[in-house]
Amino acid sequence: MALLSMQNISKTFPGVKALDRVSLDVQKGEIHAVVGENGAGKSTLMKILSGVYAHGDYDGDILFDGKPARFAGISDSEKQGIIIIHQELALVPQLSIAENIFLGNECASKGVIDWRRTNQFTEELLAKVGLVEAPTTKVDNIGVGKQQLVEIAKALSKDVKLLILDEPTAALQENDSRKLLDLMLDLKAQGVTCIIISHKLNEVRYVADSVTVIRDGMTVSKLDASKGLSEDEIVRDMVGRDMTHRFPDHKRTPGKVLLEVEGWNVWHPEHAERQVIRDASFNVRAGEVVGIAGLMGSGRTELAMSIFGRSYGRNISGEVRLNGKPVDVSSVDRAIDAGISYVTEDRKALGLVLDETIRFNTTLANLEGVSSGSVLKRNEETKVAERYREALAIRTPSVFQKAVNLSGGNQQKVVLAKWLFTAPEVLILDEPTRGIDVGAKYEIYSIINDLAAEGKGVVMISSEMPELLGMCDRIYVMNEGALVGELAAGDASQERIMSLIVNE
Amino acid sequence: MEVAESDTNAAPAVRTKGIGAYISANLRQYGLLFALIAVMVFFQIVTDGTLLRAVNVTNLLLQNSYIIIMALGMLVVIVSGNIDLSVGSVMGFIGALAAVLIVELNQPVILTILICLVTGGLIGAAQGYWVAYWKIPSFIVTLAGMLVFRGLSLWLLEGQSVGPFPKEFQLIATGFVPDIFPAGLGVWLAEMFGARKVNVLALVTGIAAAALVVWIGLRQRAQNKAYGIEDEPKSFFIARTAIIAAALIFVMYKLSLFRGMPNVLITMGVLTVIYAFITETTTVGRRIYALGGNQKAAKLSGIKTERLTFLAFANMGVLAAAAGLVFAARLNTATPKAGFALELDVIAAVFIGGASMSGGVGTIVGAVVGAFLMGVLNNGMSIMGIGIDYQQMIKGLVLLAAVIFDVYNKNKQG
Repeated sequence: MALLSMQNISKTFPGVKALDRVSLDVQKGEIHAVVGENGAGKSTLMKILSGVYAHGDYDGDILFDGKPARFAGISDSEKQGIIIIHQELALVPQLSIAENIFLGNECASKGVIDWRRTNQFTEELLAKVGLVEAPTTKVDNIGVGKQQLVEIAKALSKDVKLLILDEPTAALQENDSRKLLDLMLDLKAQGVTCIIISHKLNEVRYVADSVTVIRDGMTVSKLDASKGLSEDEIVRDMVGRDMTHRFPDHKRTPGKVLLEVEGWNVWHPEHAERQVIRDASFNVRAGEVVGIAGLMGSGRTELAMSIFGRSYGRNISGEVRLNGKPVDVSSVDRAIDAGISYVTEDRKALGLVLDETIRFNTTLANLEGVSSGSVLKRNEETKVAERYREALAIRTPSVFQKAVNLSGGNQQKVVLAKWLFTAPEVLILDEPTRGIDVGAKYEIYSIINDLAAEGKGVVMISSEMPELLGMCDRIYVMNEGALVGELAAGDASQERIMSLIVNE
Repeated sequence: MEVAESDTNAAPAVRTKGIGAYISANLRQYGLLFALIAVMVFFQIVTDGTLLRAVNVTNLLLQNSYIIIMALGMLVVIVSGNIDLSVGSVMGFIGALAAVLIVELNQPVILTILICLVTGGLIGAAQGYWVAYWKIPSFIVTLAGMLVFRGLSLWLLEGQSVGPFPKEFQLIATGFVPDIFPAGLGVWLAEMFGARKVNVLALVTGIAAAALVVWIGLRQRAQNKAYGIEDEPKSFFIARTAIIAAALIFVMYKLSLFRGMPNVLITMGVLTVIYAFITETTTVGRRIYALGGNQKAAKLSGIKTERLTFLAFANMGVLAAAAGLVFAARLNTATPKAGFALELDVIAAVFIGGASMSGGVGTIVGAVVGAFLMGVLNNGMSIMGIGIDYQQMIKGLVLLAAVIFDVYNKNKQG
């Protein structure tokens, strides 16, 4: 029996048709996956379902639990038991787990909170989601994986009938993701219906009973897991073409050693006694792509950022050599001058000035390149931005478009353009394909290959092991701040990387 | 989210935008200009033409000169993502310092001006140091500064007013640029305009400035066209440029009928042009916008964010000092109350001019127009004899309305 049936849903924004007669049917007690590229219309559909876009703002009908649903706001849909957990978690970090779970829904009489009851309920809920933490623990002090569980516990506290998880594992690492997916299966057994939005097809295959693929605002296909799901088929439906290779072909002949880091030690910026990076040494050759694998929190980003102008940590020691000569990387501008670039994992917070144009962002790290005597040559700047727009196939009506209006993949390309314009010898790419869709990933991989072909050294940090295995010539494995192993491309496999991490 | 990201779909929406879409996308810029014109027309009518009389136009410029000078620095501070609450106090303190140096210690005027500007810079630097390198919120540092320098000027003046200043110091604020054209020309023009006398230099400067605005506009337009950059509709360009050029000539014409260009106008004009140039077309200006737009991203792009913040405050200090000199010279005395609550007028002018509290947004021209809008409101209401109580309320509501307008616009676009 269908719990939810959305029929012929259309939604138009000024000048754009975001959804075009989309239909979505979810059976009671199943896990239903909604997949599609970024910009396909998944989030818009979920916003309609959860009442963010009120009834009347869209065309089409929603039937929930057999009755027509017309939500005027989120509180309406929550009353019916539809709870959505967004990609960016909506927890208050300064409050405790219990306070967060009952936020706006407190166990109180006449405005006075009953803490004993609150904590007792919280414990029950935490047991349900398998989280071993005291209800009074501050959300700030637990990891993202556990915060995700708190969100789910919060949903359970509201008597949820339909739980929607938007990219729940995007910020999680392998084992936490697995736990979360198992919890979903658990909830299914308890009768909770789930919708999961995900890019990760292996996860979809693991949990989903049925799949709806959306492309360009339209429902492309509805697949039934009992008949077997093939990743290739889903990908083909998502992108509208065959993707026989997930990684572009490449043939590399690494040259001389370009970048060498030796005996690198870094301490935590606030907790002075905590050593974050322990005696790390690695190197990159010209025309080589070197991967750094490891779990989240293993220190990969900290290693990269501390090398890049001491942007992280304190009491940093060790030597960085470029072309055999020691270089000064004690500040970001010196590191840039030396020929090192760092492309951040968090493009929105650390990579882009979102409210400014593509042109502004493209030249930001090398304003000297488009100015004479510190006066900007704005036409020159436009030319540079146009050049990178073409070279990297940044899809935008003009380079005067604000960065905030671009899709994740195109934003990532703008960040890359910014760093390419500094003419680096070595690029450190931190999670270069995080949160971008399959098609854009392929393009980013192609750019990386081109860089290597030009003789640049590329260091690639990634949590997605298949990506490292598909792209890198060598892979370093990092664990708890130390580089614990080095594998040549031919010898590397997911199992070997994991065993290096676990055995340490 | 999905809509904003579907960039292929967004393309036609941008390319085919008509005049209506253009207005709504640039409503803020035009809105401010129209608001200023509307307010001026309104007061011109209700004050029976007093507002735009030559004497009053001169007065308007003199009255607002120190606000505008400080608004230039405040714009930079606010764009960098900070705020400076101490400028009113610093201004008063510098006026007091000048009075003590000149009147009580008999120091030469030039030396005094120099000492005052340097002191202002040091004060700004001292505050900027804590904000930039110690990451102490600027609100707190400058709130402290506001109290400290208010107290310091009281102490320096021992609670008394000190004055009067020698003639040459007063000239900073009350002097006029002498006409360099032969007197006969002025007399001839005066006959033509039916006026008592005409300062030809002011008139010529006005026409030259208007011509410059037109020329720069045309050049920019030609360049945009050459590079295929989308520009405002032609009719808008003509209308906007014509209004600005006409306003420049009109103001200068009015000034020429009185005593010509005040010295302060030159200072103000030159500073405005310099700061507009710095913020719009230099690497330093660009970096300040980046710093305010996203400090972390700016820092990771090799921008020395601390030094920039520090410089923004030091610059603010120098400008506050300059304003303090102008203010003291205009009043011809330094009082312990000078500059009281003036920081609020300055900050209001910048926000009315379209700057954003969170940094990264705002223009020099906007801040100057915002300051004039406030100035015309003050002046017009005073002429009408509206009490200070109502004046405050109305100014408050104008500030609120301007910011609500901004937020509403942003929401509509987003």
